[in-house]
Amino acid sequence: MPEEKKHPDRDQQDQSESFFRDDTSAETATPPPLVREPDKQAAESEKKKLEEITSKWMEGSGPEAEIVISSRIRLARNINGFPFPPLASDEQRQKVLSIAQKVLEEQKEHFSDMQMININNLSPVYRQVLVEKHLISPLQARENLAGGLIIRADEVISIMVNEEDHFRIQCLLPGLQLGRGWEEASRYDDYLEHSIDYAFHDELGYLTACPTNVGTGLRASVMLYLPALVLTGQINHILSAVNQVGLVVRGIYGEGTEMVGGLCQVSNQITLGQSEEEIWHNLYSVTRQLINQERKGRQQLLNEQRDKLADRAGRAYGILKHARLLSSQEAMQLISDIRLGVDLGLLHDVPVGILNKLLVLTRPGCLQYLKGRNLSPYERDLERAVRIKQFLP
Amino acid sequence: MLCQKCGHKNASVHLTKIINGNKSEIYICEDCARENGELDFPLEGKFPLYQFFSGMMGMNVPGGDAAAPVPATVTGIQCSACGLTYPQFGQIGRFGCDRCYEAFGRNILPLFRRLHGNQKHMGKIPARAGTNLKLRKKIEQLKLELQKKIAEEAFEEAAGIRDRIRELEQKLVAGGETDA
Repeated sequence: MPEEKKHPDRDQQDQSESFFRDDTSAETATPPPLVREPDKQAAESEKKKLEEITSKWMEGSGPEAEIVISSRIRLARNINGFPFPPLASDEQRQKVLSIAQKVLEEQKEHFSDMQMININNLSPVYRQVLVEKHLISPLQARENLAGGLIIRADEVISIMVNEEDHFRIQCLLPGLQLGRGWEEASRYDDYLEHSIDYAFHDELGYLTACPTNVGTGLRASVMLYLPALVLTGQINHILSAVNQVGLVVRGIYGEGTEMVGGLCQVSNQITLGQSEEEIWHNLYSVTRQLINQERKGRQQLLNEQRDKLADRAGRAYGILKHARLLSSQEAMQLISDIRLGVDLGLLHDVPVGILNKLLVLTRPGCLQYLKGRNLSPYERDLERAVRIKQFLP
Repeated sequence: MLCQKCGHKNASVHLTKIINGNKSEIYICEDCARENGELDFPLEGKFPLYQFFSGMMGMNVPGGDAAAPVPATVTGIQCSACGLTYPQFGQIGRFGCDRCYEAFGRNILPLFRRLHGNQKHMGKIPARAGTNLKLRKKIEQLKLELQKKIAEEAFEEAAGIRDRIRELEQKLVAGGETDA
């Protein structure tokens, strides 16, 4: 078991304070003054907000990071003899929250670097930020019911409480690290089980609210960046093959979102009848093949269309640097174009980490959180352009 | 064609509204449509999974599947712990609590086979709930062995196995008590 990185105290402190800071201001949508004065305090709080928005998985590090942005393992677990959250009363949901709180207190040795946040106390905008960082689900952000998020200081481990299941343990890592993700998630699963009687069935395994999660309760997924497969027109062919081996492909923002700029998410569908290792190995080996195909595609593009690609990346850079209005979709596509140029050595001086961060930073929730107020879609397009200009070197 | 609302993106949504007999048509881009809330239905790809469930639950499965329930006998099934009925489960696509799994019993097995191609958990076993499970599995296996020995008329060996089964069963009872 790899030893966990200790984070400087400052980081932890920042985080524990900042989760609630300024949230209320985001809700009161007072019109901004016409002329904004740059003041020091605002700059400080902005810096803090930016730190909050960035996560470890955006670093652009980890194995195969130029193609696999992040790996995620999620385990669904429930308490024996308790109604599942969708049908639970408020009282029952509160009970589950207090059980979770008790586990944290009982097992200080395992949970001292974690804290529990009450989702209800967060502003809608901040919840949206957590969704965009892949730490809570859109469902949990939307419903105003008793729900919690237990989160480790480095945000690699998080546990949603009272989402569709009582507990959803998640491990989110940069690059291709499914094995480590499974180990870590499983370890926290053991900690929880130490204090909690799980709903477990001899034949069916871990019981979950939705029949699609029963058994292992495991969802393994990778966020992939496959621009060359898109540009060479192979993507549809390959993805339909992926579907045939029991995996699902979707956009990076979950169900119902589209694939933009070669960014997509691949995950397992089957949770029952296979061991956890089989499930993530299956995803792992398919991901390996996708990486190989993507690499071949990139090489092919480089050999045949070098100038076109460089042109494409340069144009994308130019637009992002000078545009005044950018929709999230256009921004995503252009960021993707730049990234391919950087990865292939055709464009320099743009660290991959910045591009990953921009993908999240330019989402509606993050833009509004940074701005400290609600923004109309039009204002968001303006703000997005400003942010991107500011962040691109 | 450019979006008639923002004027700078390609219009990919053709929206026809008929309100009190007045028909209006507009061509807009997907972003504008989404922001307008015009896409808050089928186009969002939100066809809920559970709509498939009632089909998979065997309610409209042609005969032949022995486990497929007959609707008339199924409608009365209810989980005594949370009160969820089987038809309700079909509608919301979610179990109410862990006891529903027992309550709906064999009826839901075809659903699992269709969703997962399987109906038996092969993965992790929780440490505490698992000790009993491991014992039970061992006992099951010994019982099979016992049958075999009896059939072979190897009575001495059979007696040995029987004693071991008793021993394990006592352990199981004791374990169950400490667990509760």
